[in-house]
Amino acid sequence: MTLSGAAASTLPGAQAPPQGPVTGQPRLSWLRRLMGSEDARRLLSCVLGLLVLAVMTGPEGSASAPLSGFTGSLFHLRALVFIGLGFVLWAVITLRRRFGERARQASDWVSSAPRRLVTNRQARYGIYLALLAFAVVYPMVLSQFWQNVLVDQIGIYVLLALGLNVVVGYAGLLDLGYIAFYALGAYSAAYWTGALAVHPPITLNPFWAIPLAILAAMLAGVVLGAPTLRLRGDYLAIVTLGFGEIIQIVATNLQGVTGGASGPASVIPHFSVHVLGVHYRWGLADLPYYYLLLGFVVIVLVVFHSLENSRVGRAWTAIREDEIAAESAGINVLKYKVLAFSIGASTSGFAGMLWASQVGYIDSTLFTVQLSILVLVLVIFGGMGSLPGAVVGAAVLQWFPWFLRVHPLFGFQQQDLFIYLGALLIVMMIFRPEGLLPSRRRKREIGLAEHGIGTADAMSEPGGEP
Amino acid sequence: MSTATIDVPHAARVEGDLITAIENLTLSFGGLTVLYDVSLNQRRGEILAVIGPNGAGKTSFFNCLTGVYKPQEGSIVFHSRSGRTSPIVGSKKHPLLVRALEPGGIVPGWWMGWRAVNTKPHRVNHLGIARTFQTTRLFNALTAFENVKVGVEARQHTGPIGAMLRLPRTRREEREGDARAIELLDFVGLRERGNELASSLPFGDRRRLEIARALGTQPELLLLDEPAAGTNPAEKLDLAQLIQRVSGTGVSVLLIEHDMGLVMSLAERIIVLNFGRVIAAGTPAQVQRDPAVVEAYLGASHKPVAGGEEGQ
Repeated sequence: MTLSGAAASTLPGAQAPPQGPVTGQPRLSWLRRLMGSEDARRLLSCVLGLLVLAVMTGPEGSASAPLSGFTGSLFHLRALVFIGLGFVLWAVITLRRRFGERARQASDWVSSAPRRLVTNRQARYGIYLALLAFAVVYPMVLSQFWQNVLVDQIGIYVLLALGLNVVVGYAGLLDLGYIAFYALGAYSAAYWTGALAVHPPITLNPFWAIPLAILAAMLAGVVLGAPTLRLRGDYLAIVTLGFGEIIQIVATNLQGVTGGASGPASVIPHFSVHVLGVHYRWGLADLPYYYLLLGFVVIVLVVFHSLENSRVGRAWTAIREDEIAAESAGINVLKYKVLAFSIGASTSGFAGMLWASQVGYIDSTLFTVQLSILVLVLVIFGGMGSLPGAVVGAAVLQWFPWFLRVHPLFGFQQQDLFIYLGALLIVMMIFRPEGLLPSRRRKREIGLAEHGIGTADAMSEPGGEP
Repeated sequence: MSTATIDVPHAARVEGDLITAIENLTLSFGGLTVLYDVSLNQRRGEILAVIGPNGAGKTSFFNCLTGVYKPQEGSIVFHSRSGRTSPIVGSKKHPLLVRALEPGGIVPGWWMGWRAVNTKPHRVNHLGIARTFQTTRLFNALTAFENVKVGVEARQHTGPIGAMLRLPRTRREEREGDARAIELLDFVGLRERGNELASSLPFGDRRRLEIARALGTQPELLLLDEPAAGTNPAEKLDLAQLIQRVSGTGVSVLLIEHDMGLVMSLAERIIVLNFGRVIAAGTPAQVQRDPAVVEAYLGASHKPVAGGEEGQ
């Protein structure tokens, strides 16, 4: 907003049509006058941008018709749709520029409405219960396909985003190797259920493997975190990035144990319960798994919510805001960072464990660094440090590509996903850096950081080090 | 520089119920010696001020005391009210035998002299030393109340498991913390502003909030780094009263200050640093008359002095 406004205010003068040439070349004067207008230039760039997008998302060229990539997009009905979208984008930007401040106030008013309206506890719990009831009932009416998406693509990623939210959102640590812990959880599930080539001392039901998988991921988090969390910002990101790569490469090359890129030979068993005469087996159907996941997500939500509003959560905020001050206020910075890191890691391991047991098959090619980045994008999109943000961000962003795949409106192709995610992040950072549903604290921090007071995370180098 | 170092140690090393004993502290960064052989003791309950021209090493001295800097030589020992003696900075150069031969050398914790002790800042805080900063360092996105509560919670024991499950102890500590934080906000006169963001408070209030946060950690010794810098006369008066009240609650105060009026009215004893050395120590009246101090602050008439231009 401010940036484009500042640029725009300086441009018209500079771009004003020079008098001499205009009189000399009357045929071009209308064009110059048009280009001198800010709105017209913006409209042109919107339409051109969308046309580029049309080519990008359109059919591919082939050896026999090398230009079909362009003609298939530009001389096609698609082009009109995209030009129309360009106009829409232009209209949105123009309206935003004109009524931006009021729109922002309105959106703040809307987003704070629940908080204002629902002041008493009962009503709030009522709303939570209603949401939960919706989450329980709604999947029943969905098709098989969407139920599968709900479990594989949304449920697991909601859990992953919730875990990374603790690391990135609460403690302000950039973790780019987050998926390594997911892999650890998945492989320990495979190990303890006897699916790997190496057999455990006792083969366990997946339910009993849960604590062990969590423990393995947590231990890995502590072992990795304790030495590296002394580092700051970028260095931590690089170390975690390296760790993610190490885990994946080890999993690929340790063929004898993990089965490498082709995965373990036997299937990881599904969850099953044999308690007090009750025998239940989670099979291939998605709905039971969905409810299992839903239960775990609700537990994680409740637990993390009370963590956020506790001594621990406040200590994380303090560290994020000013590490030196936090330390001199008696907070053991390293301990709390390792704590956040290992809580995130164990959530990730938990998610990996659930996923491995549901799918029944894992291989080392699944745990790429792209997946780590994807989870990070989910958290940033939803709003760092905000539990509803992590849930909604993950749900929306994971649902939308599948929606596009089923309804290929604009020729969405899965391999383009990261192009769109990148573009989305850029747009987010410009217009709503605090995310979709930001936490109150984070929103304040970003607001203050924009005014040059403090930093929004523990990533910058504080002064005063000897 | 100064020639008046001969009688200084006696004035800086007082007898009685000590809270800190600092001996022969030397700190250097590369070739630059910031503190040179600084020794001073503070009595329990005393308001002690460290003054000196800019660049005299006052803030470096604070940073040594709070474990941020690691001095090359010397020792800092903190005597807590419970009778425990904890070294904050020890030195390898004081092995057991040498320390044992010194008068009073064997004290609880004497064996710590064997190894280099550099207590981490948060450990220093747990021992009972809290500090404020020259440029206030509050948690800007938290409210005033939450800022104080972070300090109060440094003394609590709720761990992650307790916090996740909201165990009875967690709830009890939460209630106690709230009560204590409100009490402290009241103490510094910010009770009505508890729900405001720390960043939105006026400057003087930010200073007082920082003091409240430091007091939240239940210190026995409060270090104030230029609390009056940038405040107006009315705020300065408030601040002096606040420091007096803090002192009245039994907390010892170590003060770094430029403002001579404030120092002279508050401090029971003053240590003067110049170029990293203690050049004078004593009561305000003594220090004011000390020729070395006058020279350091105002410059001597017979020769140019490098540190003089910063005098008040």
